This record gives sequence, structure tokens and C-alpha cells, in this order.
Amino acid sequence: MLEKALKGEPRYWAWVVFLLVVIGAGFGAYLVQYNEGLTITGMSRDVTWGFYIAQFTFLVGVAASAVMLVLPYYLHHYKAFGRITILGEFLAISAVTMCLLFIVVDLGRPMRLMNVLLHPTPNSILFWDMVVLNGYLFINLFVGWAALGAERKELPPPKWTKPLIYLSIPWAVSIHTVTAFLYAGLPGRGFWLTAIMAPRFLASAFAAGPAVLIMLAFLVKKLTKFDAGKEAIESLAKIITYAIILHLFFFFLEVFTVTYSAIPGHLSHLQYLYFGLHGHPSNVMPLMWLALTCGFTSIALLIVPKWRQNHKILLPAVILVFICTWIDKGIGMISGGFVPNPLHEITEYAPTGLELMITFGVYAVGALVLTILYKTAITVKQYKELT
Amino acid sequence: MMGVNRRDFLRIAGLTAAIGMGGKTAVDLLWPGQLDAAEGGIEGWWKSKTPENPLYPGDLARGKEIPNPGELTAKRWGMALDMRKFTADSRAAVIKACNEVHNVPSIPGNQNIKWIWETSFGHAFPDLEQEYMDNEVHDLPFLVLCNHCDNPPCVRVCPTKATFRRQDGIVMMDMHRCIGCRFCMAACPFGSRSFNFADPRKFFPEGKESNPTYPTRTKGVVEKCTFCTERLAKGELPACVEVSGGAMLFGDMADSGSPVRQALRTRYAIRRKNELGTAPQVYYLI
Repeated sequence: MLEKALKGEPRYWAWVVFLLVVIGAGFGAYLVQYNEGLTITGMSRDVTWGFYIAQFTFLVGVAASAVMLVLPYYLHHYKAFGRITILGEFLAISAVTMCLLFIVVDLGRPMRLMNVLLHPTPNSILFWDMVVLNGYLFINLFVGWAALGAERKELPPPKWTKPLIYLSIPWAVSIHTVTAFLYAGLPGRGFWLTAIMAPRFLASAFAAGPAVLIMLAFLVKKLTKFDAGKEAIESLAKIITYAIILHLFFFFLEVFTVTYSAIPGHLSHLQYLYFGLHGHPSNVMPLMWLALTCGFTSIALLIVPKWRQNHKILLPAVILVFICTWIDKGIGMISGGFVPNPLHEITEYAPTGLELMITFGVYAVGALVLTILYKTAITVKQYKELT
Repeated sequence: MMGVNRRDFLRIAGLTAAIGMGGKTAVDLLWPGQLDAAEGGIEGWWKSKTPENPLYPGDLARGKEIPNPGELTAKRWGMALDMRKFTADSRAAVIKACNEVHNVPSIPGNQNIKWIWETSFGHAFPDLEQEYMDNEVHDLPFLVLCNHCDNPPCVRVCPTKATFRRQDGIVMMDMHRCIGCRFCMAACPFGSRSFNFADPRKFFPEGKESNPTYPTRTKGVVEKCTFCTERLAKGELPACVEVSGGAMLFGDMADSGSPVRQALRTRYAIRRKNELGTAPQVYYLI
């Protein structure tokens, strides 16, 4: 089926070439990092994870959110998701691919990556994260590919995919739960030491993932005339509405516990993010407030069904959801966790140019994977509909 | 209840039901030694789960029966810093000795490497600082280093067992196994670990390593204080202890006659972030 991705208009090839150029630039930047070490990043002794791990965390959420399509479609036979589920599954594949790449580019000694398998260590959450992420990648590859192949031959999906599909539902929850556990089990990191981390991650993921999917569905419709269907978009918008409300509700729960208990080891991180600490304004303050503003504005736009059904309002609303959730995980999670450090000192973090180039490079790999998979899926689906 | 608390009882009962055999047998079969370890509550349980590095099969870490001739051995190494005995000179000497013995580079900026360093009371003990405390203690610079926790979170999170706890309690690093994921640095509640963001060899003060007998590190791995295992193996005390002019005590925490235990019997001592349950083995005599 992949040959479908080899035939396309000049516009398609221009896009592929553009992505390859960005990937090439990112790879070049990575070679510099490989030779010089992670010293080329903005990370430091105090902020030891940065943009890479933040993007990884965000994208695990995007990957997990495919369950919001798989569950209604396969478990509840919700037919309206018939055309869009494959887009969700393929988005998950692209997102997990990026997750794995972000882990690799973050390693100090990437050549030793296989040590995680050579010396399996079940008490390390990172070991389990590797297990669930790779598992999720393969489940989605098998299920998505088999379903599409069957559709091309106008057959129902093969029977062996059924148990895998059911497995993919709890598995999707597991990838983001385990990712939350990376953070939530560390003593002495007050910002992360919270039982609500996993539910908060899932809520924001179920807002962010479908938001990306709606944007992609609009784009695909514009470019290829492939329509995911009005009902599918409306249902997704409903899911996003609930999820973004839950996300901000969970954030409020966190704020309550931290501020009402007023325990300094927990409070200082929130203070740093939103107000600055010890008279030192934080470099992420404007972004944190922007995230909250975007979140609340998106709720206002999404909560009224009439507005939500109007695509001219829905599109900006989901963009706001994306900005809100991306800043939350892609910026606040890391800065908030590491600042102040265990000795209550403030070392701020900002990514460097090379770090951003590598980040864009990884995103471009994800976009290329997504482009090829979507091109294949849409060609198959449109061919079927024409005949 | 004969040393079985509620947690253990539930675990044993659950396993018995699941496996359908005697609870103790089941637990012993699955995780040998767990039951004894569990006597120490969750801390003991974690400790028993704490991996040791199989790369060092004959190491003291494994309870080697015949140590090197003259090797210093202990059941659990610990350290005490006598804050009344330190002077500005001895603190400087301690830091210098450590850096020289271990080829610790001096890297400008915030990607630096620190094994033992000076900080204020408020930074070392953020939860103990208060407005009206004794000025003398408050203004005293404190030396901080790896606490060689009895229940080390860094070891718990390492995905490759590159950082591990020896049987004598020393938390060690295997620089040849570390993948540089820096999870241990996120887990350490004391900021005791450093990452080689760049090649440390570029930053040796004299242009080359100060101690050719101690290995230099490559970029991309995490490092920290090792309680001078290489010196203990030769029958020498840690470098810092040796030059501290009696301000640093080192000894076996399991031996009531050891210098550390003797000092702790008569002097008031504090540990960093005691409340986190990592059980630091570095004590500060106030």
C-alpha cells in the first residue's frame, strides 16, 4: 500500500522536500550535539531535562488520545468515527515515533541506548515507559495497517486485530500514566509529587490530541477533499470541550492543595511559574498566563453548541486548546519541576537555537511519517469511494 | 504481631490467594530475602529491591569474603561533618583535595561538575531554616555532597543499574554503563549529581588531569561523590576526611565503636531532608 505515497501532485512533493530539508537541518544540528555533547542545549546542572523531554511528554499525550476515537468506534460501534479513526491511529504512530526520537536525542550517550534492554531494570519507570511506548507503536501499526489493507480489498478488518484493538484501549491510558509516573514518584520535587499528575496528563491529552486531529482533518479536507464527516468533527469537539474543562479543573485542584496547604516545597514551584520567586520574575510567566487565558477562552467558545458547530469558531477554539495544553506540558511541566532546585536556588532554562533546530527536526520526522501514512490512507479511501 | 505489620500481612495474604500456597513460601520464592527486608517497612522493602551492579561480581559490594589486604570494609559506610571544627581553610582544603583526587573539572557556568561544595545553611537545609536561629550556625558555610542514602531514589530510577548501591552502602556509578538519561538527577533530592554536558577533559585546571591514577570521564555521563571507594580499597580514608583536620569523621554505621557512631552518641546531629525517607548517611554535627 505504501506505493500510494509515491504518487502525488507537485504540491505534495514540495511539502515532502520541505520536510526533508528541515530534517536535514535538524540532523546537522544533532551532529553538532553528538560531537560537543548536550552542552549545546540550554540545560544545566539544575535543569537537567529541557525541551526534548517536554515535547516527549506532550506527544505521549497526543498518541494516547487516539483512544478517544478507537474506544467509541470499536467498542461502542460509533459509525460516525468510521472515516476518522484511521487518521487518529496514524497520528498516534507519528506521535510515538517522535516520542522515541526525543528520548534518543536527549541521551548523553545514545550509542548505549540498548543498555536499557541489556540490563532490564523493572524498578525504573523509564524501563516501563520504553515497554509501553514501543508496544503502543506496534499495536497501532498492526491495527491501522491491517484495517486499511482490508478496506482496500473491501473486506472487514481481519479477526486477529480485534483483541489488539481492545488491548490498545487500556494500553493508550497506560502510556500516559507511566509517563506521569516518571515525574510523580520523585521525592523532593514538590511540583511533580502529586497523585493527580496522571489524570491531569490524560485530561490535557484528550483535549490536545483531538484538537490536533481536528486541525489535521480541516487541512486534509482543504487539500484532498477527503471529508472526515460533520458528525465526527462535532463529536470530537464535544470530547475536547469536556477534556479541556477537566484539564483546567484538575489544574485548579492542584492549585488548591498547594496553596491552601501552603507547604513551601510545593508552593514555591507554582509561585515561580506564575509570579516569580524571591523577587525574581520567571522567564515563563507570560507563557503560563497565556496558557490559562487560552484555556478559559477556548472553554467559552466551545461550551455553546451553536458556536462549537460553526467551523469558523471551532478552528480558533481548538488552536487555543492546543496552545493551552502545549504550554502546560511543553514549558511549564519542566521549568516548574526543576525551578527552584532541591537547594532552593533558581537556575532558569531556555532552549538554545541548536536545541530548537533538533526539536523541529524531530517534529519534521513526525510530520513526514504522518504525511506518508495519511497520503496512503486517503488514497485508499478515496479510490474505494470513487469505484 | 511477630514483626508482620499490616502492609506485609496484606501482601502475603494477596500472594497466598493468588498463588495458592503458603504465603511465606510464595514470597520467598518470588523475591528471596524480601520478608526480612520488609521488616523495615517501605524503606526496607525498597532497599531490598535496590539493584546491585552485576558487573562487579567479586566486588566488596557483593560481600566478598576476602577483602584486599589492608582494605577498609564496613557493613554500611557513613560520614559525620563536625561543623564546630571546620575552618575556612579546612573547607577549602577538603574541596581542593576531592577535586584533585578525582579529576573534577572546573567548568564555568551552570553546566558545572560538583562532588563536594559549599553552600549556606538555608540551601543545605531549606526546611530547617528559620528567622531567629543562631547566627553562628545560620552564617556557617556547609559542605554538601552525595548522602549515600540508605534508600537511594537515584538507584531506584536508573533504567540500566548504572547507579547502584554496594552492600557496604556506598552509592556508586558505572560510567561505562550510564546512558546519560539524567533520571537520577531528577530523582536526587539533594542536587548531588552532575552531568558531563561537555567533554570534561577540556576543563582540567592545569590542562591535564591532576591525578593520572584516577579515570577521567567522557561527555554524556553522570557522576558524583563515591566516598573514595578507590582509596578505601587501598586502606586509605576518603581524601576529604584525610585533609579535614578532624572535622570529618568516617566509619561503619553498623559498628557502635566507629568514630561516626561515637560522635553521634554525644552530639546533636541533623541530616538533609530527613522527612523524605531516603535515610542519608551523611550527618552534620551542630
